[in-house]
Amino acid sequence: MTTQASSAPVVKAAKTRTIRVRIKRCDGPAKAQRWETFKVPVGAGANVISVLQTIGANPVTVDGTPTTPVVWDSGCLEEVCGACTMVINGKTRQSCSCLMDVFCPNEGDEITLEPMSKFPIIRDLWVDRSRLFDSLKRVKAWVPIDGTYDLGAGPTEGPKQSELRYTLSTCMSCGCCLEACPQFNLETDEREWDTAFIGAHAISQARLFNDHGTGKQLKGDRLDALMGEGGVSDCGNAQNCVKVCPKEIPLTESIAAMGRATTFHAIARWFQSND
Amino acid sequence: MVMPNAQRVIVVGGGLAGLAATVRIAEQGLPVDLFSMVPVKRSHSVCAQGGINACNEVARQQGYSEYQHFDETIYGGDYLADQGPVLEMANWAPRVIDLLDRMGVPFNRTSEGRRDLRLFGGSLFKRTHFSGATTGQQLLYALDEQTRRYEAQGEVTKYESWEFLAPIMAGEGDDRRCVGIVAQDMRTMQIRSFRADAVIMATGGCGLVYGKSTNSVICTGGAASRCYQAGAWYANGEMIQVHPTAIPGADKCRLMSESARGEGGRVWVPRKQGDDRKPSDIPEGERWYFLEEKYPKYGNLVPRDIATREIFDVCVNQHMGVDGENQVYLDLTHMDPEYLTRKLGGILEIYEKFVGDDPRFTPMRIFPTVHYSMGGLWTQHTPGSYRPDTQHGDHQPGWQAPIGTEPGMGMQVGAPNNMMTNIKGLYAFGEVNFAYHGATRLGANALLSCIFDGLFCGQGVARYVKEHEPAEKPSTAMEASLFDSAASAEQTKADNLLATVGKGKESPETNPYVIGRELGEEMTAACTVVKTGERLGTCTSKLAELRERFERVRLGDAATWTNQSLSYTRSVGDMILLAQVIAKGSLERQESRGSHYRLDFPDRDDSRFLKTTIVEYHQGDADEHRLSWGDVDTSLVKPRPRTYGKVDAKADTKPDKEAEPASTT
Repeated sequence: MTTQASSAPVVKAAKTRTIRVRIKRCDGPAKAQRWETFKVPVGAGANVISVLQTIGANPVTVDGTPTTPVVWDSGCLEEVCGACTMVINGKTRQSCSCLMDVFCPNEGDEITLEPMSKFPIIRDLWVDRSRLFDSLKRVKAWVPIDGTYDLGAGPTEGPKQSELRYTLSTCMSCGCCLEACPQFNLETDEREWDTAFIGAHAISQARLFNDHGTGKQLKGDRLDALMGEGGVSDCGNAQNCVKVCPKEIPLTESIAAMGRATTFHAIARWFQSND
Repeated sequence: MVMPNAQRVIVVGGGLAGLAATVRIAEQGLPVDLFSMVPVKRSHSVCAQGGINACNEVARQQGYSEYQHFDETIYGGDYLADQGPVLEMANWAPRVIDLLDRMGVPFNRTSEGRRDLRLFGGSLFKRTHFSGATTGQQLLYALDEQTRRYEAQGEVTKYESWEFLAPIMAGEGDDRRCVGIVAQDMRTMQIRSFRADAVIMATGGCGLVYGKSTNSVICTGGAASRCYQAGAWYANGEMIQVHPTAIPGADKCRLMSESARGEGGRVWVPRKQGDDRKPSDIPEGERWYFLEEKYPKYGNLVPRDIATREIFDVCVNQHMGVDGENQVYLDLTHMDPEYLTRKLGGILEIYEKFVGDDPRFTPMRIFPTVHYSMGGLWTQHTPGSYRPDTQHGDHQPGWQAPIGTEPGMGMQVGAPNNMMTNIKGLYAFGEVNFAYHGATRLGANALLSCIFDGLFCGQGVARYVKEHEPAEKPSTAMEASLFDSAASAEQTKADNLLATVGKGKESPETNPYVIGRELGEEMTAACTVVKTGERLGTCTSKLAELRERFERVRLGDAATWTNQSLSYTRSVGDMILLAQVIAKGSLERQESRGSHYRLDFPDRDDSRFLKTTIVEYHQGDADEHRLSWGDVDTSLVKPRPRTYGKVDAKADTKPDKEAEPASTT
């Protein structure tokens, strides 16, 4: 039987062609970056992933020099895990959903791949996004449940509320909002993470959990974290985050909501301290 | 002196099964070291779309029950699953949903604020809970968040971007047990050993053996294969699920969830061969809704193996595919676009992004692809308290269940051997074990089995560590040499692969990527929807050839830092062995059951093959993959023909009333 291989119904512009792929490469931390260009044959349905796979099987640059397979991060290849984020033609996005039929429809078209610049490079296009996950600890992005034994259902909530939380909860920690943010900078020293700008994704996660019946038990802690150095007031309102978010999460609304909440929280705290 | 808190548990894999186990075990006061090739939030569970099954109050009042969920799962799996664990899982399902609800999973809600439900394959009741069409993502995130909470408290240590290489075993004979693992940091390439008193494999499926599948790039089955090579048994490997509806692609095939059909999606092709009109121009009467016609009762929601074979037959044998290609329509265009966005937004977006058409207005074009492995590492369990004197036959809705839902009916609560492999201290949870889905997994049962394993069987792991051998002889008290030599053996293997760089001439013969691609093509051709003895024979020779070529494999990257080629190449070798196990089971099982369909043996043969294939590795033997037949526990539900009320197109037979499971009408 021939299942998928012969059947691809996928994309319209189906002609086979050769494209040029420019890749910013780097052998490891503290090593110099360099450009390499490859000529790659592509057919219908090709994306950056299949292009990098083709290069990997036969890594020879456009001038005939043998090189190593390109290192990059990937996972689900259907834009739901967030792994394969990189900078393509100058814009941050997932590489799996970057289709060659759209980006390089004609013979000789060129595409440029670079690693994200706001995270330390591991090798080539693979960067270390640990800081992104670390900031989820900073805002206690979880519901403080009483353990995993059966204690009945959680709080009920209306469909509107659950739809909003669902939208916020589709954040796949890809880092696009951070790459595009003028206030968020590369920070290799872990000790600086707690005071550097936390970024839109974590502010939005704080909103997600503050809006949950049980999650709001930690509301005060989250707002304390967002009021400190590197918190919500560091946002410069460039609004780049919301433009690049692949899941169309209303990040600027989240930032505004958390901005208001921290203000109320500060006032409430001031009254408490003056009792 | 060894402090009691020196005991540790290792979890390999950070999907639903691994994270549920991590949280449950950390909660019992045992520190957990969690290993994953990717940040756990990016594990493959994130791809699951449709939902998670559980009996619920609405269905219950229509006559549904946990027992019927159990019965559906057994019938769907064509009786190949041991019945005790499946019963326990179905009984726990409502509690699992409640727990996820407490964790904050944004389940779709009704206007009253209760959890919404949808229809799914293999059932006539709405019993599937969901979160848009990215349920797996939402459940994974909830468990990821709880894991992070324990990580912040210092009770869980994550080793992300670390690859599992081998289990470490101590002792001989009955004393032999797993006391740690060897792993490699995928960035620094450091190889080292880690001690543990129990090791849980939660490493998922092996879709990459087939090249292109719905699986993530990490789902090579490499970890399972390494356990198999270390002596763990592999069971029912031939039971591979081919999902009926996926979008073929250049790099992978993307899943189009069963929930599309659960919400009303219809599968069809034009009645006239070669009809090249736009689908919207083809009138209703000139469309062939072949699933609805053949299966009037279940329609588009027959189990996946059946839908897959029907689509395959329409396209490959009858050449009735859309535009003469291997594709059929999956049509949602008759439905309200807003409703579709609310219920299925996530998958519609995937189709739109990768194909370019909006499925709200244009029927999707889909074809079957490899999706899930029902088979996996063989595991044991302690049966529960319910042992019937006689088997039960057809269960009907509204009938009183012969068994209650108290914990421990199907599988004993906290038994240390629940989901333990044949190697003491080495467990397998989630897709990597063979336990719950028999010969076909019903849609929306995978998320359930993964989380159930983690929670329910995680408890047994904690008991094993605290009360059994590890309590007497913890791994921390063992000789360092045992761990050092295990690590250096793996180092040698890696060094040997690195030494092949630049050796001899570059050739497709010895290129790991070419070998990997040929493996995928061969397995897809020989070991998926329709198998024959003859084709499997060819496959066996091809796999032997690939294995021989792999002995001479030539690596393309000598880097001692972040060498992904090394990792991939190593997994190709492991995938070939796993492919041999799958092919062996496929060849020896001379019957058709669930997802395993043999054209030369088209009927189920309970007298000979209501058995588990168990394969044991004997390196270097003539019979290297030694296959034996294990008994299946069918003590609760008596096997009946699995027809799903199919109408035979040739004869005017009515749907077989006795043969199908209970219905609402």
